Amino acid sequence: MLGYLCTRVLLVVPTLFGVTLVTFVLTYILPGNPALVKAGPLATPQHIAEMERRMGLDQPMAVQYWRYLRGLFRGDLGESHTTGRPVLEDLIQRVPATLELTLAALAVALVVGIPLGVVAAVRRDGWLDHVSRLLGVGGVAMPTFWTGLLALYIFFYALGVAPPPLGRLATGITPPPLVTGLLTVDSLLAREGRALASALHQLVLPALVLGFSVMAPLTRMVRATMLEVLESDYIKAAWAAGLPRRTVIYGDALRNCMIPVITLLGVVFGFLMAGNVVVESVFAWPGIGNYAVAAMMSKDSGPIQSFVLFVGVVYVFVNLAVDLVYGLVDPRIRLR
Amino acid sequence: MSDLLAVSDLTVHFDTDEGVVQAVDGATLRIAPGEVVGLVGESGSGKSVTALAILRLLRPPARVLGGRIELDGRDLLGCSEQEMRAVRGSQISMVFQSPRTSLNPVLSVGRQIERLLVRHAAARPGQARERVVEMLREVGIAEPERRARQYAHQLSGGMCQRVMIAMALATSPRLLIADEPTTGLDVSIAAQILDLLRDLGRRTGAAILMITHDLGVVARLCDRVVVMHAGQTVEWAPVRELFHAPAHPYTRALLRSIPRVAGAREMEPIPGWVPSLLAPPPGCRFARRCALVRSECGVSVPVHAVGEDHRVACVAVEASQWTR
Amino acid sequence: MSTLVSVSADEAPARRSAAALLWRRLSRNVMSLAALGLLVVVALTAAAAPVIMPYDPDAPDAERTLEPPSRRHWLGTDLYGRDQLTRIVYAGRVDLLVALEATAVALSLGAALGAVSGYRGGWIDQVLMRIIDTIQAFPSFILAMGIAAALGNRLTNIVIAIAITHVPIYARLIRGEMLRIREMEYAEAARTVGNPRRRIIFYHLLPNCFPPVVVQATLAMGFAILTVAALSYIGLGIRPPTSEWGAMTAEGAGYIVSGEWWIFLFPGLAIMATVLSFNLLGDALRDVLDPRMKGV
Repeated sequence: MLGYLCTRVLLVVPTLFGVTLVTFVLTYILPGNPALVKAGPLATPQHIAEMERRMGLDQPMAVQYWRYLRGLFRGDLGESHTTGRPVLEDLIQRVPATLELTLAALAVALVVGIPLGVVAAVRRDGWLDHVSRLLGVGGVAMPTFWTGLLALYIFFYALGVAPPPLGRLATGITPPPLVTGLLTVDSLLAREGRALASALHQLVLPALVLGFSVMAPLTRMVRATMLEVLESDYIKAAWAAGLPRRTVIYGDALRNCMIPVITLLGVVFGFLMAGNVVVESVFAWPGIGNYAVAAMMSKDSGPIQSFVLFVGVVYVFVNLAVDLVYGLVDPRIRLR
Repeated sequence: MSDLLAVSDLTVHFDTDEGVVQAVDGATLRIAPGEVVGLVGESGSGKSVTALAILRLLRPPARVLGGRIELDGRDLLGCSEQEMRAVRGSQISMVFQSPRTSLNPVLSVGRQIERLLVRHAAARPGQARERVVEMLREVGIAEPERRARQYAHQLSGGMCQRVMIAMALATSPRLLIADEPTTGLDVSIAAQILDLLRDLGRRTGAAILMITHDLGVVARLCDRVVVMHAGQTVEWAPVRELFHAPAHPYTRALLRSIPRVAGAREMEPIPGWVPSLLAPPPGCRFARRCALVRSECGVSVPVHAVGEDHRVACVAVEASQWTR
Repeated sequence: MSTLVSVSADEAPARRSAAALLWRRLSRNVMSLAALGLLVVVALTAAAAPVIMPYDPDAPDAERTLEPPSRRHWLGTDLYGRDQLTRIVYAGRVDLLVALEATAVALSLGAALGAVSGYRGGWIDQVLMRIIDTIQAFPSFILAMGIAAALGNRLTNIVIAIAITHVPIYARLIRGEMLRIREMEYAEAARTVGNPRRRIIFYHLLPNCFPPVVVQATLAMGFAILTVAALSYIGLGIRPPTSEWGAMTAEGAGYIVSGEWWIFLFPGLAIMATVLSFNLLGDALRDVLDPRMKGV
């Protein structure tokens, strides 16, 4: 167990280096001269050259990479022209919105998707199985932005139950005092009913859309794993030992199914991040994805690469956490 | 003495993409209380299917078409699933082929035995735990308290099989079905396991149905033997009788084909192939490979006695006609 | 039978009958036939668009702006009066082309990397796999965003962005297959005769990795289309005036509040139908070619 832990943690380091290298290369090959932009429209060629020297743009690539890394350690992710602030500040300010959306979507996907996959496997070829397979095959083919627009059309335009996609709170509602940044939690803590209701109301549709988009692959994987487990020797032995159905299926089989499903959560998180960008765009949700994309539209290229870096780093740590949890839960790894 | 288990005329079919596989055809066998019966045959002869049928563990695409299975006179094929669940694991237990994969990887082995006791013997958790340690000791596992807390992957193959035997015998079943329990085990470990089974069987009074393709296992362990070929039971005899005076042509060919170490002799494989179970020939399924085949063999196969407690399903063999 | 010479000689007739067998087993499944049929229709329509489409995709018609689906315009018209059906077909050309090119590039590069990595092993394997790991350290769409943003909105750049994120799929697949088959007899035989390594890898062994690769490539086509559509939706992909399904859906987003549903619905539907067909076809191919992978 200790060995497993150490190897996994140590592997993170080169992976992080790889991540920073990739984003550095992407920043490096960006079109446009950052010195030009920073120096301003009235700069003379000398000014620009001076700026280039100060920003280290005349140095060889390796040196620039080193400067880039040092900057990262200092928390310097560049500046955004559109907001005029350091990118890191912008990201931190907007992370809670993305986090809230991601957590809500994850809850939807897990609460609906996992039981659906399990029951689909247990009652194979039953109606629920067909539904889950349909959802799995169909859901994977639906572009998330389209699902979002469809949901908006049906629930906002046609049925009028969903609010207009204008952000996290309806206009006119003041946000609760900042504690976690998650509006639902904060309004709950501050006991502001109106804010809570509004926050939930705005959150429902985007969370459902995003949750649905990751639910499809998740359900497929859970179903496949459960089917495999149900065919295993130890389950057959459990039947032969006369254990009741509830114990064999929802005890033994389920436990063995959930362990590999944990490893799926890393992949699921990757899908969530990808879907996040699009859903934030559709619903004008003020998260980091929207921020990066909007900046790009204004020719402000710094934020997007920092966004990629940020997501990459988080993804690495999420996968690490998943591996560690897996190691703790599976006795075959926990006890060598 | 009335039989503990009586299987009569069992027929099992499998519905597959390629057609209906007639896996078991009219299988019959009896087990008396406390005796060790060996069910012998090549792979695919229907031995395991018969065992699973006894415990009613067959699921679609398998279908039980006909026959009777009675435990102490009680009909097992007709009783409810609830009643069957009370039989499994407590009156009839089963030990499978690959011990390590037959144990749940995420539960400690002790826990797996414990819950059987709680379920079938209505034991209290404290009592159950003590009994678990006792059982582990009885099957020859050293440091049973420590081992009970361990998981399957921490035990050797032989130890896993001992655990499975402990699990099977913990509830003091009347019958233990062992399906090729020594496959994949080291030869010396296998011998230990077989001796363990025999001793425990004697001590607890449980009957054992030993399913195997290995005649050596039969010789070491069994009181009586039933021979199966291509889904049909063809010969029933006490073990010594079977080895010294085999009656059915298949049994005799089987015994002739065993390589001997002492005394150089040519190996004699059995001619022909096991018939396809998708479209098996009517009547005796060994007919096409048999040197004594007659026209009646393709119609029906009568069973008659060729000795004391020795019966054979063959037209061509009569009481006085078998030779060494 | 000598295995030395017969490797290529025996494969030709084997491959032909394998194709026939494949077709026979594939055609048993109704869904996969429907999927294949749809894809053929889509491909042919896209290819023949200039000939069979009644309207010019870029021709505005001021009198018929924002018309719902009708007999004249089956899928309605947009803000400029352009026929949506024609625009969707033309956009399909772009999406399919991008997906095809990206898959082809990723497959070639990934297979080459995986083959060398798997066959040679050692430090080459380590280095190449670290590179693959680094690519996979990002969620693939996020990485595609970054590359597309860095390179710019041109079609070639989008192809490169998608291709790079798909390389790991093929690299790992081929590497796995390589590890499996390099110790097999026919590989040994080829080595014994003295074939140069490159020839062994690419001529003898690689062709045997086809089945899982074909399955993956089919499925990956669907992912590629989803990626380019999503990139275009958020503005990082194909930009107007080139029409593309994702971009067209984005155009339709603004009309939801005013009720013109046909502008966003049909391009998205086109995406879904095409991706679904690729997925069904890929699943059917998987069932037929590689039963080992069944169950997922």
